[in-house]
Amino acid sequence: MSMKVEVVSPERVLFSGEATQVITRTLGGGEIAFLPGHAPFLGALTESHTRITLVDGTVLDVAVHGGFVDVSGTRVSILSDVAEIGDEIDRARALRAKESAEEAIAREHDAEAISALSRAHARLSASGGLAGTPQGAH
Amino acid sequence: MAGGQERILRGRIRSVQATKKITRAMELIAASRIVKAQQRVAAAVPYSEQITEVVKDLAAAGGSSQSPLLAGRAEVKTTAYVVITADRGLCGGYNSGVQRAAEGEVKAAVLAGKDYSLVTIGRKAEGYFKFRGYQIATSYSGFSDSPTYAQAREIGQDVVARYVAGEFDRVELVYTRFISAGSQEVVLRPLVPLDRETVAGGDGKASDATGATADYEFEPDPGTILDTLLPRYVEARIYAALLNAAASEHAFRQRAMKSATDNAEELIKNLSRIMNRARQDSITTEIMEIVSGAEALSGGKAVREVQLIELGPLTSESLVTSTQHSGD
Repeated sequence: MSMKVEVVSPERVLFSGEATQVITRTLGGGEIAFLPGHAPFLGALTESHTRITLVDGTVLDVAVHGGFVDVSGTRVSILSDVAEIGDEIDRARALRAKESAEEAIAREHDAEAISALSRAHARLSASGGLAGTPQGAH
Repeated sequence: MAGGQERILRGRIRSVQATKKITRAMELIAASRIVKAQQRVAAAVPYSEQITEVVKDLAAAGGSSQSPLLAGRAEVKTTAYVVITADRGLCGGYNSGVQRAAEGEVKAAVLAGKDYSLVTIGRKAEGYFKFRGYQIATSYSGFSDSPTYAQAREIGQDVVARYVAGEFDRVELVYTRFISAGSQEVVLRPLVPLDRETVAGGDGKASDATGATADYEFEPDPGTILDTLLPRYVEARIYAALLNAAASEHAFRQRAMKSATDNAEELIKNLSRIMNRARQDSITTEIMEIVSGAEALSGGKAVREVQLIELGPLTSESLVTSTQHSGD
Protein backbone atom coordinates (compact mmCIF):
# COMPACT_ATOMS: atom_id res chain seq x y z
CA MET A 1 0.00 0.00 0.00
CA SER A 2 1.32 3.39 -0.89
CA MET A 3 0.33 7.02 -0.90
CA LYS A 4 0.91 9.96 -3.15
CA VAL A 5 3.51 12.37 -1.83
CA GLU A 6 4.21 15.83 -3.15
CA VAL A 7 6.84 18.33 -2.12
CA VAL A 8 5.78 21.69 -3.50
CA SER A 9 7.65 24.97 -3.40
CA PRO A 10 6.14 28.20 -4.75
CA GLU A 11 8.33 28.07 -7.82
CA ARG A 12 7.89 24.42 -8.77
CA VAL A 13 6.94 20.92 -7.71
CA LEU A 14 10.14 19.47 -6.27
CA PHE A 15 8.96 15.92 -5.94
CA SER A 16 5.85 14.01 -6.78
CA GLY A 17 5.47 10.26 -6.53
CA GLU A 18 4.32 7.21 -4.62
CA ALA A 19 5.79 6.50 -1.20
CA THR A 20 5.18 4.28 1.80
CA GLN A 21 6.36 6.57 4.59
CA VAL A 22 7.06 10.24 5.26
CA ILE A 23 8.89 11.54 8.32
CA THR A 24 8.97 15.24 9.03
CA ARG A 25 9.03 17.62 11.99
CA THR A 26 6.19 19.87 13.08
CA LEU A 27 6.48 23.22 14.78
CA GLY A 28 6.90 22.49 18.48
CA GLY A 29 5.65 18.95 18.10
CA GLY A 30 8.74 16.97 17.23
CA GLU A 31 9.11 14.40 14.49
CA ILE A 32 6.08 12.73 13.05
CA ALA A 33 5.74 9.86 10.59
CA PHE A 34 2.91 9.33 8.16
CA LEU A 35 1.96 5.96 6.78
CA PRO A 36 -0.69 5.32 4.13
CA GLY A 37 -4.16 5.76 5.58
CA HIS A 38 -3.11 8.27 8.21
CA ALA A 39 -5.94 10.31 9.66
CA PRO A 40 -6.39 13.75 8.05
CA PHE A 41 -3.67 15.93 9.48
CA LEU A 42 -2.59 19.52 9.09
CA GLY A 43 0.62 20.80 10.57
CA ALA A 44 3.04 23.67 10.46
CA LEU A 45 6.61 22.51 9.88
CA THR A 46 9.92 23.66 11.24
CA GLU A 47 13.39 23.26 9.71
CA SER A 48 13.92 19.57 9.32
CA HIS A 49 15.48 16.71 7.46
CA THR A 50 12.39 15.14 5.95
CA ARG A 51 12.65 11.53 4.84
CA ILE A 52 10.38 10.03 2.20
CA THR A 53 10.51 6.26 1.81
CA LEU A 54 9.67 5.46 -1.78
CA VAL A 55 7.80 2.39 -2.95
CA ASP A 56 11.03 0.62 -3.95
CA GLY A 57 12.49 1.12 -0.46
CA THR A 58 14.93 3.92 -1.24
CA VAL A 59 14.81 6.95 0.98
CA LEU A 60 14.59 10.44 -0.46
CA ASP A 61 16.14 13.08 1.77
CA VAL A 62 14.72 16.57 1.64
CA ALA A 63 15.76 19.60 3.64
CA VAL A 64 12.54 21.43 4.46
CA HIS A 65 12.83 24.92 5.92
CA GLY A 66 9.43 25.58 7.38
CA GLY A 67 6.12 25.22 5.65
CA PHE A 68 3.07 23.04 6.04
CA VAL A 69 2.05 19.45 5.68
CA ASP A 70 -1.42 18.46 4.58
CA VAL A 71 -2.35 14.80 4.95
CA SER A 72 -5.68 13.52 3.74
CA GLY A 73 -6.40 9.86 3.05
CA THR A 74 -3.78 8.64 0.62
CA ARG A 75 -2.14 11.96 -0.10
CA VAL A 76 0.63 13.85 1.69
CA SER A 77 1.55 17.32 0.48
CA ILE A 78 4.44 19.25 1.90
CA LEU A 79 4.27 22.95 1.10
CA SER A 80 7.45 24.83 1.72
CA ASP A 81 8.87 28.22 0.81
CA VAL A 82 12.30 26.70 0.72
CA ALA A 83 12.91 23.00 0.32
CA GLU A 84 15.83 21.20 -1.23
CA ILE A 85 16.29 17.63 -2.38
CA GLY A 86 19.30 16.05 -0.65
CA ASP A 87 21.33 15.47 -3.83
CA GLU A 88 21.05 19.10 -4.86
CA ILE A 89 22.39 20.56 -1.63
CA ASP A 90 25.73 22.32 -1.62
CA ARG A 91 27.32 20.65 1.43
CA ALA A 92 30.34 22.93 1.55
CA ARG A 93 28.12 25.97 1.67
CA ALA A 94 25.90 24.43 4.33
CA LEU A 95 28.99 23.61 6.43
CA ARG A 96 30.23 27.18 6.18
CA ALA A 97 26.76 28.43 7.12
CA LYS A 98 26.73 26.09 10.11
CA GLU A 99 30.11 27.32 11.33
CA SER A 100 29.26 30.98 10.97
CA ALA A 101 25.91 30.42 12.69
CA GLU A 102 27.63 28.62 15.57
CA GLU A 103 30.07 31.49 15.93
CA ALA A 104 27.22 33.99 15.98
CA ILE A 105 25.43 31.99 18.66
CA ALA A 106 28.60 31.78 20.74
CA ARG A 107 28.80 35.58 20.69
CA GLU A 108 25.17 36.29 21.42
CA HIS A 109 22.03 34.23 21.48
CA ASP A 110 19.90 35.68 18.71
CA ALA A 111 16.95 34.07 16.97
CA GLU A 112 18.25 34.76 13.47
CA ALA A 113 21.45 32.79 14.08
CA ILE A 114 19.57 29.93 15.70
CA SER A 115 17.27 29.54 12.74
CA ALA A 116 20.27 29.79 10.39
CA LEU A 117 21.87 26.98 12.36
CA SER A 118 18.75 24.83 12.16
CA ARG A 119 18.62 25.39 8.41
CA ALA A 120 22.26 24.38 8.06
CA HIS A 121 21.61 21.29 10.20
CA ALA A 122 18.63 20.29 8.08
CA ARG A 123 20.68 20.72 4.91
CA LEU A 124 23.65 18.74 6.19
CA SER A 125 21.50 15.99 7.59
CA ALA A 126 19.54 15.64 4.36
CA SER A 127 22.66 15.61 2.22
CA GLY A 128 24.37 12.74 3.98
CA GLY A 129 24.74 13.17 7.71
CA LEU A 130 25.53 15.89 10.18
CA ALA A 131 29.27 15.16 10.33
CA GLY A 132 29.70 14.66 14.05
CA THR A 133 26.77 16.71 15.24
CA PRO A 134 24.22 14.62 17.11
CA GLN A 135 20.95 14.19 15.24
CA GLY A 136 18.23 16.58 16.30
CA ALA A 137 20.54 18.89 18.23
CA HIS A 138 18.34 21.82 17.31
CA MET B 1 20.28 68.89 -56.53
CA ALA B 2 18.40 65.67 -57.21
CA GLY B 3 21.47 63.60 -56.30
CA GLY B 4 21.57 65.22 -52.87
CA GLN B 5 18.00 64.23 -52.16
CA GLU B 6 18.76 60.68 -53.15
CA ARG B 7 21.64 60.55 -50.70
CA ILE B 8 19.44 61.83 -47.86
CA LEU B 9 16.78 59.21 -48.63
CA ARG B 10 19.37 56.44 -48.75
CA GLY B 11 20.53 57.46 -45.29
CA ARG B 12 17.01 57.42 -43.91
CA ILE B 13 16.33 53.99 -45.37
CA ARG B 14 19.50 52.70 -43.80
CA SER B 15 18.52 54.04 -40.38
CA VAL B 16 14.99 52.58 -40.63
CA GLN B 17 16.52 49.26 -41.60
CA ALA B 18 18.74 49.34 -38.53
CA THR B 19 15.72 50.12 -36.33
CA LYS B 20 13.81 47.28 -37.95
CA LYS B 21 16.61 44.87 -37.10
CA ILE B 22 16.44 45.93 -33.46
CA THR B 23 12.67 45.69 -33.20
CA ARG B 24 12.73 42.31 -34.93
CA ALA B 25 15.30 41.04 -32.42
CA MET B 26 13.24 42.36 -29.50
CA GLU B 27 10.15 40.69 -30.92
CA LEU B 28 11.87 37.33 -31.14
CA ILE B 29 13.35 37.63 -27.65
CA ALA B 30 9.95 38.54 -26.19
CA ALA B 31 8.32 35.64 -28.02
CA SER B 32 10.78 33.14 -26.58
CA ARG B 33 10.38 34.63 -23.10
CA ILE B 34 6.60 34.35 -23.17
CA VAL B 35 6.93 30.58 -23.30
CA LYS B 36 9.31 30.55 -20.34
CA ALA B 37 7.12 32.94 -18.35
CA GLN B 38 4.06 30.84 -19.10
CA GLN B 39 5.84 27.76 -17.79
CA ARG B 40 6.67 29.60 -14.59
CA VAL B 41 3.06 30.64 -14.15
CA ALA B 42 2.03 27.01 -14.60
CA ALA B 43 4.74 25.79 -12.21
CA ALA B 44 3.46 28.09 -9.47
CA VAL B 45 -0.10 26.79 -9.69
CA PRO B 46 0.26 23.62 -7.53
CA TYR B 47 1.60 25.58 -4.56
CA SER B 48 -1.03 28.30 -4.67
CA GLU B 49 -3.79 25.74 -5.18
CA GLN B 50 -2.67 23.64 -2.24
CA ILE B 51 -2.08 26.55 0.09
CA THR B 52 -5.58 27.75 -0.75
CA GLU B 53 -6.79 24.25 0.04
CA VAL B 54 -5.08 24.33 3.43
CA VAL B 55 -6.56 27.74 4.27
CA LYS B 56 -9.99 26.42 3.34
CA ASP B 57 -9.53 23.28 5.44
CA LEU B 58 -8.50 25.41 8.40
CA ALA B 59 -11.42 27.75 7.94
CA ALA B 60 -13.76 24.75 7.68
CA ALA B 61 -12.30 23.33 10.88
CA GLY B 62 -13.14 26.62 12.56
CA GLY B 63 -9.54 27.67 12.98
CA SER B 64 -10.11 30.96 14.71
CA SER B 65 -7.38 33.49 14.36
CA GLN B 66 -7.04 36.91 15.88
CA SER B 67 -4.89 37.85 12.91
CA PRO B 68 -6.06 41.15 11.43
CA LEU B 69 -5.15 39.69 8.04
CA LEU B 70 -8.32 37.64 8.21
CA ALA B 71 -10.62 39.82 10.26
CA GLY B 72 -10.25 43.10 8.42
CA ARG B 73 -10.81 46.50 9.94
CA ALA B 74 -14.14 47.94 10.96
CA GLU B 75 -13.28 51.27 9.40
CA VAL B 76 -11.28 51.40 6.20
CA LYS B 77 -9.37 54.64 6.03
CA THR B 78 -6.31 53.91 3.96
CA THR B 79 -6.38 51.64 0.98
CA ALA B 80 -3.02 50.62 -0.43
CA TYR B 81 -2.64 49.71 -4.06
CA VAL B 82 0.14 47.38 -5.10
CA VAL B 83 0.74 48.40 -8.70
CA ILE B 84 2.73 45.98 -10.83
CA THR B 85 4.28 47.34 -14.02
CA ALA B 86 7.42 46.74 -16.07
CA ASP B 87 10.88 48.17 -15.56
CA ARG B 88 11.24 49.06 -19.20
CA GLY B 89 9.07 50.60 -21.85
CA LEU B 90 8.70 49.59 -25.50
CA CYS B 91 5.82 47.31 -24.65
CA GLY B 92 2.82 49.10 -26.11
CA GLY B 93 0.02 49.93 -23.71
CA TYR B 94 1.15 47.54 -20.99
CA ASN B 95 2.38 50.08 -18.44
CA SER B 96 -0.13 52.79 -19.20
CA GLY B 97 -3.03 50.34 -18.84
CA VAL B 98 -2.03 49.42 -15.30
CA GLN B 99 -1.14 52.99 -14.39
CA ARG B 100 -4.47 54.31 -15.64
CA ALA B 101 -6.42 51.67 -13.70
CA ALA B 102 -4.50 52.41 -10.50
CA GLU B 103 -4.77 56.17 -10.93
CA GLY B 104 -8.54 55.83 -11.45
CA GLU B 105 -8.87 53.86 -8.23
CA VAL B 106 -6.77 56.35 -6.31
CA LYS B 107 -8.82 59.29 -7.60
CA ALA B 108 -12.04 57.51 -6.71
CA ALA B 109 -10.70 56.86 -3.20
CA VAL B 110 -9.73 60.51 -2.79
CA LEU B 111 -13.16 61.64 -4.00
CA ALA B 112 -14.77 59.31 -1.47
CA GLY B 113 -12.74 61.05 1.23
CA LYS B 114 -10.43 58.12 1.91
CA ASP B 115 -6.70 57.99 2.16
CA TYR B 116 -4.64 55.98 -0.26
CA SER B 117 -1.12 54.69 -0.49
CA LEU B 118 0.87 53.16 -3.29
CA VAL B 119 3.32 50.30 -3.42
CA THR B 120 4.88 50.42 -6.86
CA ILE B 121 6.58 47.47 -8.46
CA GLY B 122 8.58 48.21 -11.60
CA ARG B 123 10.46 51.35 -12.55
CA LYS B 124 7.68 52.61 -14.81
CA ALA B 125 5.00 52.83 -12.12
CA GLU B 126 7.44 54.46 -9.73
CA GLY B 127 8.35 57.14 -12.27
CA TYR B 128 4.76 57.73 -13.30
CA PHE B 129 3.36 58.22 -9.79
CA LYS B 130 6.36 60.06 -8.42
CA PHE B 131 6.24 62.56 -11.28
CA ARG B 132 2.56 63.22 -10.61
CA GLY B 133 3.13 63.73 -6.90
CA TYR B 134 1.24 60.72 -5.53
CA GLN B 135 2.13 59.31 -2.10
CA ILE B 136 4.27 56.25 -2.54
CA ALA B 137 4.87 54.01 0.47
CA THR B 138 7.56 51.83 -1.07
CA SER B 139 8.91 51.00 -4.49
CA TYR B 140 10.43 47.83 -5.82
CA SER B 141 12.09 47.44 -9.18
CA GLY B 142 14.62 45.51 -11.16
CA PHE B 143 12.90 42.16 -11.51
CA SER B 144 9.73 42.76 -13.51
CA ASP B 145 10.57 40.40 -16.36
CA SER B 146 11.58 37.41 -14.22
CA PRO B 147 10.40 37.68 -10.62
CA THR B 148 11.45 35.11 -8.02
CA TYR B 149 9.64 33.97 -4.91
CA ALA B 150 12.22 35.70 -2.71
CA GLN B 151 11.15 39.05 -4.15
CA ALA B 152 7.47 38.22 -3.66
CA ARG B 153 8.27 37.35 -0.05
CA GLU B 154 10.06 40.63 0.53
CA ILE B 155 7.08 42.58 -0.82
CA GLY B 156 4.62 40.38 1.08
CA GLN B 157 6.42 40.82 4.39
CA ASP B 158 6.56 44.56 3.94
CA VAL B 159 2.88 44.82 3.01
CA VAL B 160 1.79 42.55 5.87
CA ALA B 161 3.92 44.47 8.37
CA ARG B 162 2.45 47.80 7.29
CA TYR B 163 -1.04 46.34 7.41
CA VAL B 164 -0.57 44.89 10.87
CA ALA B 165 0.92 48.18 12.07
CA GLY B 166 -2.24 49.93 10.91
CA GLU B 167 -0.64 51.94 8.13
CA PHE B 168 -2.91 50.24 5.60
CA ASP B 169 -6.49 49.16 6.27
CA ARG B 170 -6.94 47.38 2.98
CA VAL B 171 -4.59 46.27 0.24
CA GLU B 172 -5.45 45.73 -3.40
CA LEU B 173 -3.37 44.36 -6.22
CA VAL B 174 -3.41 46.05 -9.63
CA TYR B 175 -1.72 44.01 -12.32
CA THR B 176 -2.15 42.51 -15.75
CA ARG B 177 -3.51 39.02 -15.72
CA PHE B 178 -2.17 36.68 -18.36
CA ILE B 179 -5.00 34.73 -19.95
CA SER B 180 -3.24 33.56 -23.10
CA ALA B 181 -0.52 34.83 -25.41
CA GLY B 182 -3.22 36.70 -27.30
CA SER B 183 -5.17 38.18 -24.43
CA GLN B 184 -4.32 39.86 -21.14
CA GLU B 185 -6.39 42.11 -18.92
CA VAL B 186 -5.71 44.64 -16.22
CA VAL B 187 -7.33 43.45 -13.01
CA LEU B 188 -7.88 44.80 -9.52
CA ARG B 189 -7.85 42.11 -6.85
CA PRO B 190 -8.30 42.45 -3.10
CA LEU B 191 -5.24 41.09 -1.30
CA VAL B 192 -5.70 41.93 2.39
CA PRO B 193 -7.82 41.33 4.42
CA LEU B 194 -8.42 37.80 3.26
CA ASP B 195 -12.13 37.43 3.54
CA ARG B 196 -13.64 34.03 2.98
CA GLU B 197 -14.52 34.88 -0.59
CA THR B 198 -10.99 36.00 -1.45
CA VAL B 199 -9.56 32.82 -0.06
CA ALA B 200 -12.04 30.60 -1.85
CA GLY B 201 -11.74 32.42 -5.16
CA GLY B 202 -7.95 32.27 -5.30
CA ASP B 203 -6.33 33.95 -8.26
CA GLY B 204 -9.08 34.39 -10.75
CA LYS B 205 -10.48 30.91 -10.34
CA ALA B 206 -14.01 30.08 -9.47
CA SER B 207 -14.44 28.61 -6.03
CA ASP B 208 -15.35 24.97 -5.84
CA ALA B 209 -17.62 24.68 -2.85
CA THR B 210 -16.56 21.31 -1.53
CA GLY B 211 -17.42 22.46 1.97
CA ALA B 212 -15.95 21.15 5.17
CA THR B 213 -13.74 18.11 4.77
CA ALA B 214 -13.09 15.30 7.18
CA ASP B 215 -12.13 15.95 10.80
CA TYR B 216 -8.55 17.08 10.83
CA GLU B 217 -5.89 16.65 13.43
CA PHE B 218 -3.82 19.76 13.95
CA GLU B 219 -0.34 20.29 15.21
CA PRO B 220 0.10 22.89 16.61
CA ASP B 221 -3.45 24.17 17.11
CA PRO B 222 -5.39 25.55 14.12
CA GLY B 223 -5.06 29.15 15.24
CA THR B 224 -1.26 29.00 15.32
CA ILE B 225 -1.12 27.25 11.96
CA LEU B 226 -3.38 29.88 10.47
CA ASP B 227 -1.20 32.67 11.87
CA THR B 228 1.89 31.27 10.19
CA LEU B 229 -0.03 30.35 7.07
CA LEU B 230 -1.71 33.65 6.25
CA PRO B 231 1.46 35.63 5.50
CA ARG B 232 2.61 32.75 3.26
CA TYR B 233 -0.73 32.92 1.50
CA VAL B 234 -0.34 36.65 0.86
CA GLU B 235 3.15 36.02 -0.51
CA ALA B 236 1.88 33.29 -2.80
CA ARG B 237 -0.78 35.64 -4.12
CA ILE B 238 1.78 38.37 -4.80
CA TYR B 239 4.07 35.85 -6.46
CA ALA B 240 1.26 34.67 -8.75
CA ALA B 241 0.48 38.29 -9.64
CA LEU B 242 4.14 39.01 -10.40
CA LEU B 243 4.41 35.97 -12.66
CA ASN B 244 1.21 36.90 -14.48
CA ALA B 245 2.47 40.44 -14.94
CA ALA B 246 5.81 39.22 -16.28
CA ALA B 247 4.17 36.93 -18.83
CA SER B 248 1.83 39.74 -19.88
CA GLU B 249 4.74 42.14 -20.23
CA HIS B 250 6.47 39.81 -22.66
CA ALA B 251 3.26 39.29 -24.63
CA PHE B 252 2.67 43.04 -24.87
CA ARG B 253 6.26 43.67 -25.89
CA GLN B 254 6.13 41.03 -28.57
CA ARG B 255 2.99 42.58 -30.07
CA ALA B 256 4.37 46.11 -29.89
CA MET B 257 7.64 45.08 -31.50
CA LYS B 258 5.87 43.13 -34.20
CA SER B 259 3.86 46.16 -35.27
CA ALA B 260 7.01 48.31 -35.06
CA THR B 261 8.77 45.88 -37.41
CA ASP B 262 5.81 45.92 -39.79
CA ASN B 263 5.76 49.72 -39.76
CA ALA B 264 9.47 49.87 -40.48
CA GLU B 265 8.99 47.55 -43.44
CA GLU B 266 6.23 49.77 -44.82
CA LEU B 267 8.35 52.87 -44.33
CA ILE B 268 11.30 51.30 -46.12
CA LYS B 269 9.05 50.40 -49.05
CA ASN B 270 7.69 53.93 -49.38
CA LEU B 271 11.07 55.55 -48.94
CA SER B 272 12.69 53.35 -51.56
CA ARG B 273 9.94 54.28 -54.02
CA ILE B 274 10.62 57.96 -53.49
CA MET B 275 14.33 57.35 -53.66
CA ASN B 276 14.06 55.44 -56.96
CA ARG B 277 12.08 58.28 -58.48
CA ALA B 278 14.69 60.77 -57.33
CA ARG B 279 17.43 58.59 -58.76
CA GLN B 280 15.67 58.32 -62.11
CA ASP B 281 15.24 62.07 -62.18
CA SER B 282 18.89 62.62 -61.55
CA ILE B 283 19.87 60.10 -64.27
CA THR B 284 17.59 61.87 -66.74
CA THR B 285 19.10 65.20 -65.89
CA GLU B 286 22.59 63.79 -66.19
CA ILE B 287 21.91 62.33 -69.62
CA MET B 288 20.49 65.61 -70.75
CA GLU B 289 23.61 67.36 -69.55
CA ILE B 290 25.85 64.89 -71.40
CA VAL B 291 23.83 65.23 -74.57
CA SER B 292 23.83 68.96 -74.45
CA GLY B 293 27.53 69.00 -73.65
CA ALA B 294 28.34 66.80 -76.63
CA GLU B 295 26.07 68.92 -78.79
CA ALA B 296 27.85 72.07 -77.77
CA LEU B 297 31.25 70.54 -78.60
CA SER B 298 30.57 69.11 -82.06
CA GLY B 299 27.44 70.64 -83.47
CA GLY B 300 24.94 68.28 -85.17
CA LYS B 301 27.23 65.17 -85.23
CA ALA B 302 26.78 64.36 -81.54
CA VAL B 303 23.05 64.11 -81.88
CA ARG B 304 23.30 61.22 -84.31
CA GLU B 305 25.66 59.30 -82.03
CA VAL B 306 23.30 59.71 -79.14
CA GLN B 307 20.49 58.38 -81.29
CA LEU B 308 22.55 55.27 -81.95
CA ILE B 309 22.83 54.50 -78.24
CA GLU B 310 19.03 54.18 -78.21
CA LEU B 311 17.81 56.62 -75.70
CA GLY B 312 14.22 55.82 -76.56
CA PRO B 313 11.61 58.42 -75.72
CA LEU B 314 14.26 60.71 -74.33
CA THR B 315 15.87 61.35 -77.74
CA SER B 316 13.34 63.70 -79.23
CA GLU B 317 13.11 65.60 -75.98
CA SER B 318 16.84 65.84 -75.63
CA LEU B 319 17.07 66.99 -79.24
CA VAL B 320 14.85 69.89 -78.37
CA THR B 321 16.71 70.72 -75.21
CA SER B 322 20.10 70.31 -76.80
CA THR B 323 19.19 72.70 -79.58
CA GLN B 324 18.01 75.11 -76.94
CA HIS B 325 21.20 74.70 -74.97
CA SER B 326 23.48 74.81 -77.99
CA GLY B 327 23.32 78.54 -77.98
CA ASP B 328 24.89 78.73 -74.49
